[in-house]
Amino acid sequence: MFLSSLIILPLITALTILLCKGLKQVRNVALAGAAAQMILAFSFLIQYWKERAAGNTSQMLFEYDHTWFAPLNIHYHVGIDGISLAMILLTAFVVIAAVLVSWTMEKLSKEFFFLLLFLSVGAYGFFISLDLFTLFFFLEVAVIPKFLLIGIWGSGKKEYSAMKLALMLMGGSALVFVGLAGLYFNTNTATGAYTFDLLQIAQMHIPVDVQKLFFPFAFVGFGIFTALFPFHTWVPDGHSSAPTAASMFLAGISMKLGGYGCLRVATFLMPDAAHAYAPIIIALATIAIIYGAFATMMQTDLKYINAYSSVSHCGFVLLGIGMLTRTSINGAVLQMVSHGLMTALFFAAIGMIYSRTHTRLVAQLGGLLKVTPFISTVFVIAGLCSLGLPGLSGFVAEMTVFMGSWQNPNKLYRLATILACASIVVTAVYILRAAGKTVMGPMSSAYDKLTDATWNEKLAAGLLIIAIIAIGVAPFWLNDLIKPGTQIIMDKVLSLK
Amino acid sequence: MIDFFILMKQELVIMIIIFALLIIKIISDRSNEWILNMVNFLLLINFAAGFFFGKEGMLFNDMFRTTPLTVLEKNILSLGILIISLQSYSWLKNHKHVLEFYILLLSTLLGMFFMISSGNLLMFYLGLELSTIPLAAAANFDLQKKKSSEAAMKLIISSAFSSGLLLFGISLIYGTTGTLTFTDITPHITNNPLQIFAFILLLAGFAFKISVVPFHLWTADVYEGAPVAVTSYLSVISKGAVLFVFVSVLYTVFKPLSHSWYNMLFLLSALTILIGNLFAIRQNNIKRFLAFSSIAQVGFILVGITGSSQLAETSVVYFVLIYIFSNLAAFGVVSLVSAVTGKENISDYKNFYKTNPALSWVLTIALFSLAGVPPTAGFFGKFFLLMSGAGKGNYILITIAALNMIISFYYYLRIVKAIFMDANEHPIEKLFIPTYPKMAMYICVGGIVFTGLLSYVYEFIQSLVPGV
Repeated sequence: MFLSSLIILPLITALTILLCKGLKQVRNVALAGAAAQMILAFSFLIQYWKERAAGNTSQMLFEYDHTWFAPLNIHYHVGIDGISLAMILLTAFVVIAAVLVSWTMEKLSKEFFFLLLFLSVGAYGFFISLDLFTLFFFLEVAVIPKFLLIGIWGSGKKEYSAMKLALMLMGGSALVFVGLAGLYFNTNTATGAYTFDLLQIAQMHIPVDVQKLFFPFAFVGFGIFTALFPFHTWVPDGHSSAPTAASMFLAGISMKLGGYGCLRVATFLMPDAAHAYAPIIIALATIAIIYGAFATMMQTDLKYINAYSSVSHCGFVLLGIGMLTRTSINGAVLQMVSHGLMTALFFAAIGMIYSRTHTRLVAQLGGLLKVTPFISTVFVIAGLCSLGLPGLSGFVAEMTVFMGSWQNPNKLYRLATILACASIVVTAVYILRAAGKTVMGPMSSAYDKLTDATWNEKLAAGLLIIAIIAIGVAPFWLNDLIKPGTQIIMDKVLSLK
Repeated sequence: MIDFFILMKQELVIMIIIFALLIIKIISDRSNEWILNMVNFLLLINFAAGFFFGKEGMLFNDMFRTTPLTVLEKNILSLGILIISLQSYSWLKNHKHVLEFYILLLSTLLGMFFMISSGNLLMFYLGLELSTIPLAAAANFDLQKKKSSEAAMKLIISSAFSSGLLLFGISLIYGTTGTLTFTDITPHITNNPLQIFAFILLLAGFAFKISVVPFHLWTADVYEGAPVAVTSYLSVISKGAVLFVFVSVLYTVFKPLSHSWYNMLFLLSALTILIGNLFAIRQNNIKRFLAFSSIAQVGFILVGITGSSQLAETSVVYFVLIYIFSNLAAFGVVSLVSAVTGKENISDYKNFYKTNPALSWVLTIALFSLAGVPPTAGFFGKFFLLMSGAGKGNYILITIAALNMIISFYYYLRIVKAIFMDANEHPIEKLFIPTYPKMAMYICVGGIVFTGLLSYVYEFIQSLVPGV
């Protein structure tokens, strides 16, 4: 299959949008493009299953390799395994939902949808890249549109948030750059040329002291994207100021770029250093989980609640990676997918509530279940997924992370696992409190005339909920999908011991 | 004899254009419109002529050399001057002395061509002077503005000073080696302290011209005072030309001293990026802002130069090409706004997007390219510069440079923020874009988009650069 179509399709959609006139044309093109992305993602899934069923055991499928900058041995090399495929599916779901919730975006609609689809180019490109240059290229492509999306269409102190987010993420990619450059100049291929090729580097043994020098650059750099403590401060501001669709994209996909990078680049290519730095990663992840959970308790704004809880939930991803057991890495990937879907749904619900009540403060809301039953139900489902209710994806992912973490026999690590588990109680407190106050209880008379979700909002929420339940009720298909990918990473890591 | 014409074709074309303009000045009395049409056409021919009859060789006892690389470098500069000429249309069409302006500008270009082709320190010095003195006159071309004369005065004094340093350095080189020809100097260069001193003087002279910290102090004032066309010329063309020569002199003539100059460049580049960035944050005048940001850009180029490899030289030439596109795109918008409204402050650009969406996008893309955001060419340019710097294994410098990119993001994004996000009751009115500036913008934006993504440009430059 032609993997580059995942980049070309959103790019063509984005460029077509520039030629459109008026909101109606623009959104129809955007929706058609997003739907086509989804169909494409699923066709890749089916093809992937077929290939695997036919006994194709190579690490990456649908590979395409083209020399890009020959003097530096830079290639445009793409290919996917189960982990990338899971991320691609996640992206497709979030993009279509984001387009649907922005259905009535009157202000500069053309520019808005253009940037939104341009962002998805960056995300898809990142997930399919097998060359570190291409990977870095797409990582940065996915940053600047966010600055414009937040700064132009955002609310509150949007300029400040947009700047903070852009600078911190660019700082992250600057660190990633140093890490990648360091790796590049320490590769030794058969021909003597340096290489950026991920699969080739994985076959080599990078000297341990080099790994120890550059692992922190790569890991912290990617970590900033996924809210690694103490570099998480862009998350609350960025998420809360962003327009709904950008929040969904930011929390649903962008933060996953970091997690994916930490796993695929930092841990996979520098396994010795991953072992060496594991205690620090676990400590920071545990702090993020606990601190994020408690910080959420103090929030009064729904978007801040979800943003801080994202810090906490993304901590599970890093915890899973830091623990370096087969199950925990699997759990980390599951958590990335689950959190992406759940948080996108949450932000969508908050956006729907805000567009009707014009407030996001928990104290001013109440009793919404009576007037807007659909939106309120969506809100509750997102909340329950967030606190890890069995039957929804959050439970599956967090459970896998905890199980995997416990498999690591180190006593201190087990303490970290216990602490992380305990955070679930805190999660339950803030979620139930926010949900209870918002959708139940007495309703302010000002909300009598509110209308329930429109078809586009229902469709957006429905798609995300279907995905969440599909993972929650039948996690095995996703697990089977990502397992071969994570096992190869773990084979490399565990072979060192 | 044929050799003479073919090897010096680019210089001869420029010379013919200059004489043609002089004759027109004397015998005819045409309108500015006609003159500008014709000059732009001639400059297009000049650019196109660079691509034909390529030949390699030396002239005048090795004083003048032509290689495929010098031809390419001159072509890059010709393209730059064509773009600047197209952009200056709004400013020049009502100016009294259009022809003189072009005569001065083309004289400096001729000087730069000689400088790039020089195979001898004397030739190099002659070219440099020819490229500087007319420029000072051109900087004074806003005849009514006091700031413009101030800029010209500052430019001529600082240039004279740096020329003095260069001459002193050249004379010491001559004293210790007994020759001025590049190829003969190299075998005689040792770690002799006098030669290192001479090298430092030469380096200081170069540093003045490309405004490396701490020799940058003239830059901001001159950039602010001079007309936008001259400012853009100073910041891309004249810097680019000196950088081309600097790299080739450093990598060939002073190769034996590479250990000494590596440390000097390490220090200078880190300092230049940092100071340029910190001062750029504080500027409100957009020309001053671009001046300081261009200082920071030179710092990044120096990081690349420290690599001293074929990769490094390729990256420098490649970056200068990209820098011409991106900086001239930014200057194109600035010059249009300045020519019509006279507004030159960043705060004037608030809510620019509401009235001029097309210009806003051009400026934004240009700023993104300057900042090094993919998929613009600036990303590739900076990436390769830093990679060639990293090739030496000095990751401290690379980390400093990478972290400084964040600062530069801040100030470039500040303008983007003003354009798109800040509220303003009285934004700059809707501007009419004449055909020539529009063409220039298409060229620049096309360059920004395609120079990076299409790797052929980079690979082509690399095929011309001699291995070190």
